[in-house]
Amino acid sequence: MNYKRKKLLGNIWFYAGNTLIAIIFISPLIWMVSSSLKPESEIFAGMNSLQTFIPKSASLKNYMEVFTRINIMKFILNSFFYVTIIIILDLFINSICGYALAKFEFKGKDLLLTLIISLMVLPMESIMLPLYKQVADLNWVNQWAGLIVPFIAKCFSIYMFRQFFVDIPNELLEAAAIDGCGPIKTFFKVVVPISGTVYATIFILDFVGHWNDFMWPMLVATGEKIRTIQLAIQTFFGSKPINYGPIMASLTISAIPMLIMFIALQKYYVEGIASTGIKG
Amino acid sequence: MKTKTRKKKYEKRAAYIFVIPAVLLLFAFLILPGISTIRYAFTDYNIMRPDDINFIGLQNFINLFQDKDFLKSIWNTFHFTIFVVPFQCLLALGLALLVSSRRRGVSIFRAAYFSPMVTSMVVVAILWSVLYNPNPNNGLINAFIVKLGLEPIGFLSNPKTAMNSIVFMSAWQAAGYQMMIFLAGLQGIPEEQYEAGAIDGAGSIRRFIYITLPGLKNVIKYVIMITMIQAMKIFTQPYVMTKGGPQNATRTLVYYIYEQGFQSRNFGYACAVATIFFVIVISMSLVLKKIIKAD
Repeated sequence: MNYKRKKLLGNIWFYAGNTLIAIIFISPLIWMVSSSLKPESEIFAGMNSLQTFIPKSASLKNYMEVFTRINIMKFILNSFFYVTIIIILDLFINSICGYALAKFEFKGKDLLLTLIISLMVLPMESIMLPLYKQVADLNWVNQWAGLIVPFIAKCFSIYMFRQFFVDIPNELLEAAAIDGCGPIKTFFKVVVPISGTVYATIFILDFVGHWNDFMWPMLVATGEKIRTIQLAIQTFFGSKPINYGPIMASLTISAIPMLIMFIALQKYYVEGIASTGIKG
Repeated sequence: MKTKTRKKKYEKRAAYIFVIPAVLLLFAFLILPGISTIRYAFTDYNIMRPDDINFIGLQNFINLFQDKDFLKSIWNTFHFTIFVVPFQCLLALGLALLVSSRRRGVSIFRAAYFSPMVTSMVVVAILWSVLYNPNPNNGLINAFIVKLGLEPIGFLSNPKTAMNSIVFMSAWQAAGYQMMIFLAGLQGIPEEQYEAGAIDGAGSIRRFIYITLPGLKNVIKYVIMITMIQAMKIFTQPYVMTKGGPQNATRTLVYYIYEQGFQSRNFGYACAVATIFFVIVISMSLVLKKIIKAD
């Protein structure tokens, strides 16, 4: 009886405490969504009461205004496009490199691995000036290539793939070799199909990283043609007329794709974050 | 024997086919610009006159150490890092402890604490520059501060509070990430240790000090390291919220690189700043890695 009561009390503490803290924690986001549904005159009225978190007369007017003022769908699709291309090429090029470093013997292998591990700490921000110059010399400013090509090869991805492939038993690869598979065919027919988790992890880490990236797109995507969603909302924030309802609506719209992606791939994302902690 | 050497030959060829694309790309877009950064740091390269580049030795570095804006940007970057790291890590650890139980529905709370992280930094920075409005009629946070009977705070418009306001927001935005790493660490501590502790009559605080903290030791060190290195790279927040102001209070190193390189077009000078930034970050991560490996 005593144990049961203690357990019940623990449960009440857990749910009540977490509910309260979680609501306070995400209150800025609640305010963002609530303001996006309010008429402009209501947003800053009655801000000293909790009513400010609940729209009295909710409507999608602000959302309509965002859609008429800027082509926000195009910018979302732009982000999807460039992020997807980076991810596909990243998964391909870095996984084969990681596999070679894990399972093949070749000259310079140890040196290459050491180099890749040391380059992991090189911050992109410290090389952005010459990188920009290179991209400009290639006439890639305001071109998809400028957003994509510099970020395909990643030391971090190569390292993650290598760490995963190292644990694949050699017997499996030898069995494939006996069946007449060459080393390349073995990789694509035997290794890739059993490596879904590492591909999913890199996929979601890459997606979050590039979707949220701001600095490099700001330098390279100067026109509307390849403008990303992050740049679009930043531009919208500063363009007149400054109405906070539509601004909050634009912020909410831009957060939705990430939210869907997170819900769909939550398991791999969390595993990815945790495994970088264990392996790094 | 013959088949084995043939297999080796195939393997070697496959290895080169597999590594060459990544190696070429890394060389072109990581190593080459890295070398160029250091090379340009010793020149007077200005984008406006690309045909007139002169080697000027250490002049850029000598100038930098007399450049008040640069020294302030180093100071600001460290200010941000020193404040955000403990705050964000403690917040993350607290949140992880809140949601470490396996009760039903716990994933909803985990998602809630993680949600600012899912929202991008640009979105969060725009949202908070509205929330931080110094006027209590337009700024949500000041509206509540005034309601509590206190004076409104300038937040981003006061040089004394601007950087700490960015610290608070940044910790809020990213704590969910470290929370996930702590959660994985907490789940690695065997349940039996807690049960043994309970039998010995240890209360929850003692169990936290003697079981949880030692069990998390390596995770804590790792989290501090990645948070620190991440913090040194701060750029988006000052760019969106303050443009480095007020009175240079939020101009950080990366922001200064951007400003010198792309706005003032002093490419060589900006590369010297980038070189110093690079040296600071690399030495920091080497020292931190050494500390982690010490145990």
